[in-house]
Amino acid sequence: MKAQDLEDLEIDLLLEALDRRYGYDFRRYARASLRRRLKQFIERERLRSIADLVPAALREPGFLDRLVNGISVSVTEPFREPVCLAAVRQHVFPWLQSHAYCKIWHAGCSSGEEVYSLAILLDEAGMLDRVQVYGTDINTDALAVARAAIYPLEAMRRAEENYERAGGQRKLSDYYVAQYGRAKLSARLARNLVFSQHNLATDAAFGEMQFILCRNVLIYFNRELQARVFKLFSGSLARRGFLALGAKESMGTEDAKQRFETIDSAARLFRAL
Amino acid sequence: MRSKDSKRSTALPACSARFDVVVVGVSAGGVDLLMDLLPALPADFPVPIAVVLHSGPGTTTELAFMLDRAGEITVREAEDKAPLERGRVYLAPGGYHLLVERDLTCSLSVDPPVRFARPAVDVLFDSAAAAFRDRVLAVVLSGASDDGANGARSIKEAGGMVIVQDPATAAATDMPRAAIERAAPDDIFTPAELPALLLRLCAPEPRP
Repeated sequence: MKAQDLEDLEIDLLLEALDRRYGYDFRRYARASLRRRLKQFIERERLRSIADLVPAALREPGFLDRLVNGISVSVTEPFREPVCLAAVRQHVFPWLQSHAYCKIWHAGCSSGEEVYSLAILLDEAGMLDRVQVYGTDINTDALAVARAAIYPLEAMRRAEENYERAGGQRKLSDYYVAQYGRAKLSARLARNLVFSQHNLATDAAFGEMQFILCRNVLIYFNRELQARVFKLFSGSLARRGFLALGAKESMGTEDAKQRFETIDSAARLFRAL
Repeated sequence: MRSKDSKRSTALPACSARFDVVVVGVSAGGVDLLMDLLPALPADFPVPIAVVLHSGPGTTTELAFMLDRAGEITVREAEDKAPLERGRVYLAPGGYHLLVERDLTCSLSVDPPVRFARPAVDVLFDSAAAAFRDRVLAVVLSGASDDGANGARSIKEAGGMVIVQDPATAAATDMPRAAIERAAPDDIFTPAELPALLLRLCAPEPRP
């Protein structure tokens, strides 16, 4: 057996173990990135092979969390892909304005930077008090960062230009206090934000949403899991609700295409039919 | 704007060639090299080509468009899950890693930059080695870092083929030099030789 075939077998065994023991299903993740993250994780843990993860995950307390967080981490930044946010302001906000109250779900929000970016734009549109925003992710470490709302100051400074391109009306620095190289976001922004763990691979919807954002998350899933998630989203969106994807993501399946119309293709903004 | 979709032909399976995919890594001096190379390839080039050019967000859409218009072969910015087809070049979008999957599709990721690069050549090369083993042809071009050298070694270890631009002809020599040191390439070429070399290496073999 060649080295790569052995590695494949080891990954299969691990994913089977995680699913059967804990109900964590990574089998429908896009394989190339998952493999890369597993390799990086065993390097950090100083393990020799992916197979070594199996006994540790099955028997060592605490190891499972480390593993799941280690392989599901994703990085983001405030006001990432401002074209999308500008389109959200243009197309989604007026419709949200017509509601007395609305719910927004940011699925796969990672460490929360993009949730706060949206909260800032909602605040500037005078809507922050009339929305409930749910930020969810599978990764509990990332959610802890999101709840703390403290980010590297450098990242906030870099985002100033994107904030402007997204249609921001003030200075991004109006929204945080800088200290010791860190930026602590204004607590006011978090008033109507809730961060909680949710696994798009296995968990159900949790309410009717007017707007769902899921950006640069689906790229880590295979087509089958993507189809599940599109179904989940279309099931939890209100009539004519909006869906925002990442800049290089598309409505993969025919089924998904039939549930949504394209509002702005460059910004990857869609609307439930 | 002319559309090349009418010219697309996927009637023959890619497996009639020795390789399932050609992966190309380039950094400094890359735009000129790609402008010379890709338009010199025919519309029916027998193996899909995935390219990483070190680039920031928003810079590659226009470049893919330019490269596409410059010649016969179809060039697109890679979309997530796009099927890898012969006669097509997939350019990694700036700000995203590009990976290839065993089911002959593209994958994108926003995992952290690798030594400041996203897309990174190593990420593409590693994924190609894992997915297609000995059926990978890697091409390392000019660049001012050692990105690609480790990935090229993975491809060699999996039985694939690595060819590297002669550093003497490169705008930046670090990348080809590192690949030569770490990956023991099968061939070293000058840019002028590359189109013909690719055509020869990727020529469909008579099937048994």
